[in-house]
Amino acid sequence: MNVADKFLVMVAALLIFAAIIGLVLFVVALLEKRGARSVGWFFVGPTVLLLVVGLAYPAVRTVVRSLYNAAGSAFIGLSNYTTIFTSGDMLVVLRNTVLWVVITPFVATAVGLLYALVVDGARGEAAAKSLIFLPMAISFVGAGIIWKFVYEYKYFDPTLANNPRQIGLLNQVLVWLGMQPKQFLLNQPWNNLFLIVVMIWIQAGFAMTILSAAIKAIPLETTEAARLDGVNAVQLFRFITVPSIRPTLVVVLTTIAIGCLKVFDIVRTMTGGLYGTSVVANEFYTQSFTAGNQGLGAALAVLLFVLVIPIIVYNIRQLRRAEAR
Amino acid sequence: MLLLLPVPVGADHRDVEVKMRRTGARRWTATAAATMGLALVLAACSGSGGTTPTTGGTAAGTGSAECADYAKYGDLTGKTITIYAGIVTPEDTPYIESFKPFEKCTGAKVDYQADKQFEQQILVRAQAGNPPDIAIVPQPGLLAQLVATGKVVKAPDAVGANVDKFWGASWKALGTVGGAFYAAPSGASVKSLVWYSPKTFADNGWKVPTTMAELTALTKTIASAGKMKPWCVGIASGEATGWPLTDWVEDFVLRTAGPDVYDQWVSHKIPFNDPKIAKALDAVGAIIKDPANVNGGFGDVSTIATTAFQDAGLPILDGTCAMHRQASFYAANFPSGTQIGPDGAVYAFYLPAESATDKPVLGAGEFVTAFADRPEVQALQEFWSTDTWANLKAKASSSITNGGWITANKGLDPANLVNPIDKLSATILLDPKSEFRFDGSDQMPAAVGSGAFWKGMTDWVLGASTSSTLDKIEAAWPTS
Repeated sequence: MNVADKFLVMVAALLIFAAIIGLVLFVVALLEKRGARSVGWFFVGPTVLLLVVGLAYPAVRTVVRSLYNAAGSAFIGLSNYTTIFTSGDMLVVLRNTVLWVVITPFVATAVGLLYALVVDGARGEAAAKSLIFLPMAISFVGAGIIWKFVYEYKYFDPTLANNPRQIGLLNQVLVWLGMQPKQFLLNQPWNNLFLIVVMIWIQAGFAMTILSAAIKAIPLETTEAARLDGVNAVQLFRFITVPSIRPTLVVVLTTIAIGCLKVFDIVRTMTGGLYGTSVVANEFYTQSFTAGNQGLGAALAVLLFVLVIPIIVYNIRQLRRAEAR
Repeated sequence: MLLLLPVPVGADHRDVEVKMRRTGARRWTATAAATMGLALVLAACSGSGGTTPTTGGTAAGTGSAECADYAKYGDLTGKTITIYAGIVTPEDTPYIESFKPFEKCTGAKVDYQADKQFEQQILVRAQAGNPPDIAIVPQPGLLAQLVATGKVVKAPDAVGANVDKFWGASWKALGTVGGAFYAAPSGASVKSLVWYSPKTFADNGWKVPTTMAELTALTKTIASAGKMKPWCVGIASGEATGWPLTDWVEDFVLRTAGPDVYDQWVSHKIPFNDPKIAKALDAVGAIIKDPANVNGGFGDVSTIATTAFQDAGLPILDGTCAMHRQASFYAANFPSGTQIGPDGAVYAFYLPAESATDKPVLGAGEFVTAFADRPEVQALQEFWSTDTWANLKAKASSSITNGGWITANKGLDPANLVNPIDKLSATILLDPKSEFRFDGSDQMPAAVGSGAFWKGMTDWVLGASTSSTLDKIEAAWPTS
């Protein structure tokens, strides 16, 4: 096909595209004049179409795929799900995901909330906030690499004259304190906690920003009335601040929890899911694309989907309740 | 966006009419704008794809003497062959360079694309019906998976004849799936190598061992001398962590049980946890799980799991480690300027077998896999399997990346290799006494070869027992 032909094809494609869009708009205009309800479909239609093609169809395919064997050639029923809940390695994966989802949201939100309260109205608030918000600007992979260096291990033998230099910040601190450097990413199950720290480091800034805005939105009258009633700082926090920002708290907690269910980048960058640190999303990738077991991979994806649903439902309910108020 | 202009509630009829007409007009403007935008995008896209091949033109070179060898491929002017591989910069340049004479003489255009996600992507592309014309597949196991998608085409007879002539039956078998020959070998590497410092060895009076017993004795001597640990090992490699140990095990199966048992083990005719394999794994353990022997420059045994394989051999240079077992391609990991050679700072010796006369060699290679049988694709496949191409590629690698590429093609002229390690590897590979065996984990099903085996070795070096490790890997072997 030479250039002229290609150009003709391109022009033809453009004309057809313009004709179709023109036709759609023409029909919409006609219907709109009549005030027909069906005009709504023209606006919703493309979205629905894209959702079906990009979300519903793959979701159904994944569910079907999860009932087939590794190569997708034979139906094996729920075997893949049985594997997930019985094999030792998979149970470790589930345990780790639970650790992530239980620990991260609460710690990150608590840190963020505390920070928001402490810096609220203080001098240099903006600077202090940007400091803790900065990690949010770093990608998960970037954060993973940074923290991998922080945890980096080199041996240290006090009897030797020339030990290798510690590259890892944490281990250098341990050596300065006269302790032995540790293999932070190797020893189970603590290595999971050292990975979770990275997520908290990133998400605390997010929690702080949202919660700080919510705290500032508490009407001054409420706080003043409480102060006149003679509450102390702890009571003010317990009976005024927390109830006032409750919907925001729930949104922050659930958002971070969903993020933790899906966590992949940090684990993959820092340990590759080895040494007992794999989580569902990472295992899903490993099984599907490295170990060539797409059935098990699909089953893990479905599991992830099922786990996210209750959190999203709760999140939406809370939002509705907040709006209804 | 303009379509969503709201009509204010309660506006009188005439006002609405006017607004409607106005929005109507704007709608057409919007369409025109969108169309213009799309036109620009399309124009940009067709710009990159629309370049006509500039090489050849009217098969310019076909008449000249240098193109005599290419006459059999015919005039392929205007034809394009797409190649997809995992070999990225800088190693891709010698590849592209090695096809230049073919392009010049036949008029065909070779479009080489590569990315590091090749091994995952090629399967996805094949399954989706969007494969390249040719893929450079680095594992027989992956080749079998690709053949199972039904998209791979058989190699033409001329390629089969070339492989018979230049490689021999064992290599041809690696490119054969279910009795049909699909893929000719391309590059190769030798894995049965131990890196060491000739200077350190000379200073301490240590001799390069020629039998397994001598290697064990040397390990003891170095350990008791106390100057450095005899071995340094590192198996961290992201998601592939553990693979260097699979090479260790394969090398030791070849030595303690022999090539025949090795073949049975790889093809699962004997179980993965066969006592003979346990014996080989224990032999590896005797070396690298003994704190007296490892991990030179890095710390205790557990550091094997966390040391990047790229860094693992570097302590040889600073005298904290004596030996490092790794493939020929490890040469690229030493800092630039490091003298590599029999009198240099580092060199390698062949990992000895039980006796000095046995020469089992563990290695790996790439396979040229075609997904199309158009004449130009088959012509390139045929050219790729000749000694002409092998020497072109060796020359290109020598001049562009200072070597680092060898092939088991018997037509390779050693004079085209510049680097001592390449020369050593080629000597080992082309030695008629050598019993070459392809990397076993690359031939096993992915669930084992790039799953349970890697993971099992990582757990094993961190303290899991030999029997529980082998049982676990055996259990992961797909039943079908």
